[in-house]
Amino acid sequence: MSFNLALVPRRDVSLIRQVLTPVVALLVALLIGGVIVWLMGRSPAKAFDVFLREPLTDPWALQEVLLKSTPLMLISIGLIFCFRANRWNIGAEGQFLLGGIFGGGVAIATHGLTGPWILPLMMLAGALGGMLYAAIPAMLRNRFGISEILTSLMLVYVAELLLDYLVRGPWRDPKGFNFPQSVPFTDAAQLQPLFEGGRLHAGFALALLAVLVAILVFRRSLFGFAVRASGEAPRAANFAGFNEQRITLVVFLISGGLAGLAGMIEVSGQVGQLRPGFGQGLGFTAIIVAFLGRLSPVGAMLSSLVIAVLLIGAESAQVSLKLPFDLTRFFMGLLLITVLAGESLNRYRLEFRKEAA
Amino acid sequence: MGPERIRLTGITKAFGTLKANDHVDLTLHAGEIHALLGENGAGKSTLMKMLYGLLRPDAGEIRINGQPVTLPSPRAARAQGIGMVFQHFSLFEDFTALENIAIPLDGRIADAGLRAEVEAKARHFGLAIALDRPVHTLSAGERQRIEILRALMQEPQVLILDEPTSVLTPDEAEALFATLESLASAGAGILFISHKLEEVRRLCSRATILRGGKVVAETDPRAVSAAELAALMVGEGVLDLRPVADHALGEPMLHLDGLSVAPEGVHGVTLRDIHLTVRAGEVVAIAGVAGNGQSELYAAISGEGGRITAGQIRMAGQDVTRRDINSRRRLGAAFVPEARLGQATLPQGPLSENIILSWHATGSLGRWLLDTVRTGAVARRVIERFDVRTPSSDPQAVQLSGGNLQKYVVGREIERQPRLMVVDQPSWGVDARAATHIRQTLLDLAAAGAAVLVISQDLDEAMAMADRIAVMHGGYLSAARPVPALSRAEIGLLMTQGESPARGAA
Ligand SMILES: Nc1ncnc2c1ncn2[C@@H]1O[C@H](COP(=O)(O)OP(=O)(O)OP(=O)(O)O)[C@@H](O)[C@H]1O
Ligand SMILES: [Mg+2]
Repeated sequence: MSFNLALVPRRDVSLIRQVLTPVVALLVALLIGGVIVWLMGRSPAKAFDVFLREPLTDPWALQEVLLKSTPLMLISIGLIFCFRANRWNIGAEGQFLLGGIFGGGVAIATHGLTGPWILPLMMLAGALGGMLYAAIPAMLRNRFGISEILTSLMLVYVAELLLDYLVRGPWRDPKGFNFPQSVPFTDAAQLQPLFEGGRLHAGFALALLAVLVAILVFRRSLFGFAVRASGEAPRAANFAGFNEQRITLVVFLISGGLAGLAGMIEVSGQVGQLRPGFGQGLGFTAIIVAFLGRLSPVGAMLSSLVIAVLLIGAESAQVSLKLPFDLTRFFMGLLLITVLAGESLNRYRLEFRKEAA
Repeated sequence: MGPERIRLTGITKAFGTLKANDHVDLTLHAGEIHALLGENGAGKSTLMKMLYGLLRPDAGEIRINGQPVTLPSPRAARAQGIGMVFQHFSLFEDFTALENIAIPLDGRIADAGLRAEVEAKARHFGLAIALDRPVHTLSAGERQRIEILRALMQEPQVLILDEPTSVLTPDEAEALFATLESLASAGAGILFISHKLEEVRRLCSRATILRGGKVVAETDPRAVSAAELAALMVGEGVLDLRPVADHALGEPMLHLDGLSVAPEGVHGVTLRDIHLTVRAGEVVAIAGVAGNGQSELYAAISGEGGRITAGQIRMAGQDVTRRDINSRRRLGAAFVPEARLGQATLPQGPLSENIILSWHATGSLGRWLLDTVRTGAVARRVIERFDVRTPSSDPQAVQLSGGNLQKYVVGREIERQPRLMVVDQPSWGVDARAATHIRQTLLDLAAAGAAVLVISQDLDEAMAMADRIAVMHGGYLSAARPVPALSRAEIGLLMTQGESPARGAA
């Protein structure tokens, strides 16, 4: 005898079920996470307090959450275009870095100058840097049929090395005691807080704008339809005359452009200079965000916020509870698994079968 | 009559408010070939999917060999000896034919042992199949043969065939009938769905007729005429094709001049030196056995695929050889591809959204933002004009019955009022009345001054519609000849041997 576990498609899934699934998934992940914290000898109640309550109730922490969600939102919105079209851009981290490098480059080149044109120019440069970098895997795929998964991923490491080289070499701050970092940006090159004494800057508004535009594009525009068609039924997209290669290029440009813009916002609004590791893996985290949000713009917006809460909570948990940061990564993975499992269980029923071996 | 194999009692299935099956009773005996008839959307596929464990009945009982059973999955149904050949192919596109055959056979892989068995079976039943080619390189007819062979490999006690002959040539269909007869005489029970009433009358000894999800009659199809059967199905007679008034032919709308096309994959058919002209006002049909280059020819004409190595395609007087499908549409062309799900439509997309696929280049649906009011209105007009039966007001394409989806796709293109209409398999899977309607609409379109090119494996259809017929064979196209002067025997010869060596085979 052997036991078999099989997935059997479900026929109808109620709306309530679809709405409740992610909520239940979050609760399950919290429960498992709590058990792990408890096994590590810390109080789950305390951890819950630090991870979830504080970031959501403390006004200062709340701003940090919104700041942290900004790059996640921008990048994941861009990734949705790729993933919906069945194109696999895994290299948003690299495009994010290039956006920071291009935007930061403008800041360094205009160091000492003032004027309201500097920030817009940095934004343009950042978006452009991300687009150019994303164009590489797209063109390699179009020209030579090379898998964009590999090329986009490997270009991340190239971008990291490029950043390293720049801040240790030509762009190193001469007055920086040999630290690998650029000159600190002047005020003209930094996104300013929206209100007195706060930290939240206009980047968050741009992220929300990107969400709105993406909603409109997918609901109502021909281009959004073409992207979906190309992902769901390539032969139908071909019948409609949607050019496969052009779609590949455009979704990569959108995705790279938004990631690049996010990179510029990060260096200008958060870091204030170029230094290695400003990416923090946000470009990879955004992949999780996009899938947590089930590849919908609204979903990506909500899951950016959830993940940002966790990241901020993790920072203070490191300090106050001595919990390792890796626990947060673990928890993000856990959340992804429970959400995807919930999604699958919506579509399929689990069935145990006994069978003669 | 042999022992009872299947007894369905009171089977009921609803999709939302639509009752696709309403207290259906049906009994199948060993050795019986039993037809399931009904117009498009009558509920035939739905009923069979429940017997194969793909759908679960809302009410009713299924007995197999006298025992009541529940069938939670196709696998459970297969374990009970039930095999099914689907109306919409259920093959994995990237796998080879042999691998596809291996998948439902529990514990088997595509190895030399299985290959030997499959080859033996294929030979025994006269089904020619290239086992090592990935399915996406195969034509509909070839896919159909794989589906049939796959079902046969499971040695089913009950075999369900959902419109298996709609893409087979007459010869292939004959071979299939012989197969089914020998299976039946060996004790299997066979359920056979078809819209071709003549073949039903030739093959089946019982027929259950569904209308609107209910059984309206059970009869011996050999004892009644095809017209009577059709009347039972639709509740009224089927009209004959009405000949259109004589009309003058206009300019050539489609002109292929020495066209040669290299196939997309390694397995496609190479088209060589094809000449064809279709003038405004005439209907030209391309007949031939599936897999002789029709798919490649369609793709080259529509602009969907193929690498043109020589020659020219002209539409409405303009050279479009290097232009894409949408610039061809802008010149007044419309195309109906062979695969209605996944090529002609986005399966998960609602019908209103599926309008966009072929309309966006010409239909003024809005430049940046789509005019959803307009796409909805167009979809409703198509549904009304072509009597598309839908389970809700704007269902997803995949929710339509096979024939109704075909009506929608053809209707969507005709609604564009094309000056050149290219149709691959216009009446694949549509019931007799709807087939007449589609053919009539195409004839009327030609009478109103459009050029119509029909690619069809249904010779009756080609003969009934076309002014001229050309035949595809091995990548060559014979000269198009006027229909009245052309006999079936001549066409048959062209289909199997191509044109006389003077211009053909070389
Ligand atoms: N998944 C589904 N969701 C909603 N409605 C459905 C679904 N599947 C089938 N239907 C509806 O049920 C009815 C019966 O469909 P079915 O496919 O059984 O027809 P059929 O007799 O096989 O027709 P055809 O000859 O066109 O293949 C149709 O009105 C169809 O639109
Ligand atoms: Mg059907």
